[in-house]
Amino acid sequence: MSMLAAVVQRDLRLAWRRWPEFALPPLFVVLVASLFPLGISPSQAVLELIAPGVVWVAALLAALLGLELLFRPDYDDGALELLALSPHPLAAMAASRIAVHWLVTGVPILAVAPLVALMYSVPLEVLGVLMLGLLIGTPLLSLIGGIAAALTVSLKRSAPLLALLVLPLCIPVLIFGTRATALASSGLSAAAALYLLGAMLVLGVTLAPLAAGAALRISLE
Amino acid sequence: MNWTWFHKLGSPPHFYRIAGAMIPWFGWPAAVLLFAGLYGGLWLAPPDYQMGDGFRIIYVHVPAAWLSMAAYVALAVSAAVGLIWRMKLAELAARNIAPLGAAFTLLTLVTGSLWGRPMWGTWWEWDARMTSELVLLFLYLGYIALHDAFPERRTGARASAILALVGLVNIPIIHFSVEWWHSLHQGATITKLSAPSIATEMLVPLLVMALGFTAYFTAVVLVRLRVALLESERDTAWVRALGADDV
Amino acid sequence: MSEFFAMDGYALFVWPAYAVTVLLMAWAAIAPWLQHRRLRRAIRRGNR
Repeated sequence: MSMLAAVVQRDLRLAWRRWPEFALPPLFVVLVASLFPLGISPSQAVLELIAPGVVWVAALLAALLGLELLFRPDYDDGALELLALSPHPLAAMAASRIAVHWLVTGVPILAVAPLVALMYSVPLEVLGVLMLGLLIGTPLLSLIGGIAAALTVSLKRSAPLLALLVLPLCIPVLIFGTRATALASSGLSAAAALYLLGAMLVLGVTLAPLAAGAALRISLE
Repeated sequence: MNWTWFHKLGSPPHFYRIAGAMIPWFGWPAAVLLFAGLYGGLWLAPPDYQMGDGFRIIYVHVPAAWLSMAAYVALAVSAAVGLIWRMKLAELAARNIAPLGAAFTLLTLVTGSLWGRPMWGTWWEWDARMTSELVLLFLYLGYIALHDAFPERRTGARASAILALVGLVNIPIIHFSVEWWHSLHQGATITKLSAPSIATEMLVPLLVMALGFTAYFTAVVLVRLRVALLESERDTAWVRALGADDV
Repeated sequence: MSEFFAMDGYALFVWPAYAVTVLLMAWAAIAPWLQHRRLRRAIRRGNR
């Protein structure tokens, strides 16, 4: 466990030095969100309808941003090989790296989501559900992304491949997440959708690090 | 339990021979079943009281959809066997199932679109079933792309096997959304075998077709596997011995 | 017979669906079969 903490601490310190990593995903979300009114229509009714979907899609794309570099530096400088030789399971290392990815992309997105909701005049009770959904859903995006990043770590140009691998697997997250807000905005309980997201998160937290660890080991062969 | 048969099956020359012997046993029934199903579906089955003769697309659409999903399960199982036991044959099987599965997924989408146009007035309906079939197509393409991205074939096979298993975990979740989503599609009609909501003379050709598609798929995968084995074992003694047998 | 081909007015949708299916399945079966034959022939020639 102390090794896990040490890895998380190191990664956070590294991320802190490269501050654009924090700033870029939320900026990206706001940027993408500001394109839709220009591209579709600035009318209130339309914006209110598409707001949750826009936030979710933007979050999905933003999660892809730093993914290529999730394990790449460690792979390139040989640190990954040393970790693989150490008695600590690679899955634990993958889990800590994924957690850091969520802290530097997921949390800033969460912070900026209310701003987007404001731009789109989303009602307050819907915003609550949207935030709750994002809170459960963004770690899932990092977890799924972590598997794909581990699979492609040894490949040279992996960004387009990453998008092809990650986006289809994220579709259920998108469906449940936007379903929750759709239920909330029609005055119904969003609990079912949020529970489903939660169930997926439990599944993801248990399985994704194992899959990512196995993928890293294969990439090192 | 004696596992020699399993190891023997995994040996390329042995499997090459067995597959060659098995192909007619799947190929001919497939041909007979497919022609019988075509005849039954196009001619014998009565027109639907609501959709008229338009419903006959069901006899290619549903078997293709069934195969698109069954093929993914077969792919994931082969990939898992290849990953766990490092069985080269299973790795080749997974990679050779993938393009066929993708083709049948695409076929499902095309026939579904051709069915949707007269029935619902749209070529594409964003309902859960069409959408999950589209996601399945992406899963197949992602698997193939990842597999072939590695310079070393066996590394690619092992990495993409993990992706296939992740996809397999995801498929029930995607499928569940089918149940949950409100959709224009008629509900699952054949799975409720106890109280079939489809007439028997309509159902029989459908089952015949589904069986025919499955036999066809097995036969084609075996042929593809034989080709893959010959290509990857080109310089081994058993392949050269094959050439001597042929004369 | 012409009634059969008309398919209740759905001919434009039913027949293309069947045509695509038949073409795809025929091609997917014949292509690897021909490739197998080609490979076997190449191996035999390589031996000589």
